[in-house]
Amino acid sequence: MSQLGNSADVIVIGAGIHGCSTALHCALRGLSVILIEKDHAGRHASGVNAGGVRQLARHVAEIPLSNASMALWHDIENLVDDDCGFTSDGQVLVAEDEADLAQCRARVDDLNLRGFHHEEMIDAKELREIVPAVSETCPGGVISRRDGAAIPLRATQAFKRKAQSLGVDVREGVKVTKVEPDGAHWRVVTDAGNLVAPRIVNAAGAWADRIAADLGEPVPLEVIAPMLSITAALPAFIKPVVILRGRKLSFKQFGNGTVLIGGGYLGRAIRDENRTILDWHKLASNVRTVWELFPIMRGAPIVRSWAGIEARMPDDLPVFGRSARHEGVYHQFGFSAHGFQLGPGAGAVMAEIIATGRSNVPIDGLGIARFATQAGSAAHSAR
Amino acid sequence: MIAIDDISALSSHYDLVVVGAGPAGLSAAARAADLGLSVLLADENPAPGGQIYRAVTTTPVVQRDILGEDYWLGAGIAARFERSVASYAARCTVWALGPDETSPGAFELGLSLGSKARMISAAQVILATGAQERPFPIPGWTLPGVMTAGAAQIALKSAGIVPAGRTAIAGCGPLLYLLAGQLAAAGTEIVAVLDTTPRANWAKALAALPDFLRSPYLAKGLKLMAKARRSLRFVSGVTGLAAQGDRQLSGVRIVRGSTAETLACDTLLLHQGVIPSVNLASAAGCALDFDETQHAFVPRVDAWFASSVGGIAIAGDGAGIGGAESAALRGEIAAFDAARKLGRLSEAERDRQAAPFQAELTRRLRGRRFLDLLYKPAAQFLAPPADETIVCRCEEVTAGQVRDAASRLGVTGPNQMKAFLRCGMGPCQGRLCGPTVVELIAQTRGTTPAETGYYRLRPPVKPVTLAELAALPPTDEATKAVVR
Repeated sequence: MSQLGNSADVIVIGAGIHGCSTALHCALRGLSVILIEKDHAGRHASGVNAGGVRQLARHVAEIPLSNASMALWHDIENLVDDDCGFTSDGQVLVAEDEADLAQCRARVDDLNLRGFHHEEMIDAKELREIVPAVSETCPGGVISRRDGAAIPLRATQAFKRKAQSLGVDVREGVKVTKVEPDGAHWRVVTDAGNLVAPRIVNAAGAWADRIAADLGEPVPLEVIAPMLSITAALPAFIKPVVILRGRKLSFKQFGNGTVLIGGGYLGRAIRDENRTILDWHKLASNVRTVWELFPIMRGAPIVRSWAGIEARMPDDLPVFGRSARHEGVYHQFGFSAHGFQLGPGAGAVMAEIIATGRSNVPIDGLGIARFATQAGSAAHSAR
Repeated sequence: MIAIDDISALSSHYDLVVVGAGPAGLSAAARAADLGLSVLLADENPAPGGQIYRAVTTTPVVQRDILGEDYWLGAGIAARFERSVASYAARCTVWALGPDETSPGAFELGLSLGSKARMISAAQVILATGAQERPFPIPGWTLPGVMTAGAAQIALKSAGIVPAGRTAIAGCGPLLYLLAGQLAAAGTEIVAVLDTTPRANWAKALAALPDFLRSPYLAKGLKLMAKARRSLRFVSGVTGLAAQGDRQLSGVRIVRGSTAETLACDTLLLHQGVIPSVNLASAAGCALDFDETQHAFVPRVDAWFASSVGGIAIAGDGAGIGGAESAALRGEIAAFDAARKLGRLSEAERDRQAAPFQAELTRRLRGRRFLDLLYKPAAQFLAPPADETIVCRCEEVTAGQVRDAASRLGVTGPNQMKAFLRCGMGPCQGRLCGPTVVELIAQTRGTTPAETGYYRLRPPVKPVTLAELAALPPTDEATKAVVR
């Protein structure tokens, strides 16, 4: 570790849950790490997301990474000395009609063929047992029993604190202005001086396209602001996290009775001002779905709505792994509004790749090379 | 004045929406309407007046000397507004204010009235959301029987109700003496006025004394103080307070330096001055600065009370405490500028018409600094020293928990604190804990409130029900597209 130095084995850019987790796992492997963050750890997507720890309904390309992560979530206190508010009451995908249910079945069959068994079909009876408040008309759904939820900022900061305790040099309030080669190493130019390392990790979230562009690997990253709302405390009526297959909704009641309502409705992000603008007409559609499916919620007061600033890739899959052009450069961004659960595991896999050059966890389909051909013009418009 | 009692009666667009019907809002709305703007004044209360002139047109307290001559000045301000052509929505909550994404430069506001919500737009907005009492966290302040002095004043003005039984009033600031006088005149049995003004403040305030001696505050202040002191038991130099009782207040423990005593009482009213009510301004993105003299976060405004967000002005105590008379003047001045921005007044004409109001405002604010310095609360009443004192009443978070998170977990600001302790995440959105949490973090980490910063406020600024939101007319957007 180099507390006051300006070089390390690894420089991680971005202290979201991914950057913090990668820094922590690199430190566990004995590497010296500088972690740079322009605001504070978890200020954006990692700190203000819905906190879902979900394997349910993931793209198959992410499932191995998600599996690796879930193992860590279930032992999170041992990893970071904080339970991160993690609870595991499962996540349920509700089918609203028979057509919905048929698609659920096709999906679960496909997963089983691939050797993944974390998603299970449930019928109307079991659905009603698990989610008694759901509307009578829903014929069943899918459950992922080990899923759950955590408290996002608390979790992200727990990763940061643990990384720090292992010697990671965390520098918050330091902004990266440029990344460039320095002999065989990489120079990270910041508003607080230059840093040098043989290996750098781009975990800059909604700002990662700028780092990638500096490295000659432009990507069509879209900056999005998914909106969330929370109600005042209500009597307990639902344990698992509920998501819908057809309409956009995610729904979770916390232990204190408050209910979080999400669904990926987008506000507008102004990333250069760290600001988002809500769209109340879309939020109205969002809560109208709740109004229809959970009559018990109709009189609940909404006490807060907000949106975080996140990165979305055109295929809704993250950019994860080695640079396609440079030795010593690694990308870990673009988690497209579902990266929170992946954070612990992705950091472990990334640290393994950095330290050993390989990992047994397959990450095919997530590399940055997939954007190489269309990169130029698309990246330009994303700015 | 056009009274709006159904949300469907609102226009979908106004030149100017004014939020809050205290002296600043009433004056701004009346002036803007006189200048030819289409104006909506939206206010949560059933009748105009805000807090200082609360219920001035409807109060059951008819004996004029109980509330004092200053209170009845509000009747003139309300009457002038009622003669204007502005629209007025009483019992109407403004819960969101942001840019209108369909019309650059304009604003979209979320309103609720009669259990129905609606989005409307405005070219200009004047926030006249006034002041709120500075939180006064002492051990036991959540016990039944303890309330703020302001709450007692609401009951007196709007319903003619005064506390029953033995009542103690504790704290500092000119409003404390005013309220003590009003309640005593209305027949409350006041057993003591416990003055927490730190003696050391006199030395600090002295430099500002000459201005105060030439200010209109002087005569009024002396009158209030003399009246209260003449008739009530005054205990000065109070350095510590704790409300005591088992499930109900039975007394207040009073510390004065090295001595302590307990005074039996049935009601304890707390007050240590007022601070700007900044939640709506802050949620709309208006920049706040920490004002050292007023020891509070205050929206950044220019000479016309324009905030850092173009098109939003903040008039009255919401932009820094100045009192009722100055609030009315600030409302007028902000309205002239709104008319100029909408092209109804030239810059020269705005300057000419606003000049007398600006001159009067300068006169009215003279002496304010003296009061701010004199009545700045003592450190132990801003950041409670006893760990068990509740700081966030919504989520029952204690001072000790905040200090622990700030030191052990390295939490540097109130926004991070929310994630660890949930303070500021209840329905009041931090109104009652924000200043205290900031103070505790600053004290623990050896920084200042200015460096610590304040809560980022999230809309809805006031709770709105799921049913109200779900029932937002889905055709609104389409209608707007057709209208413009």
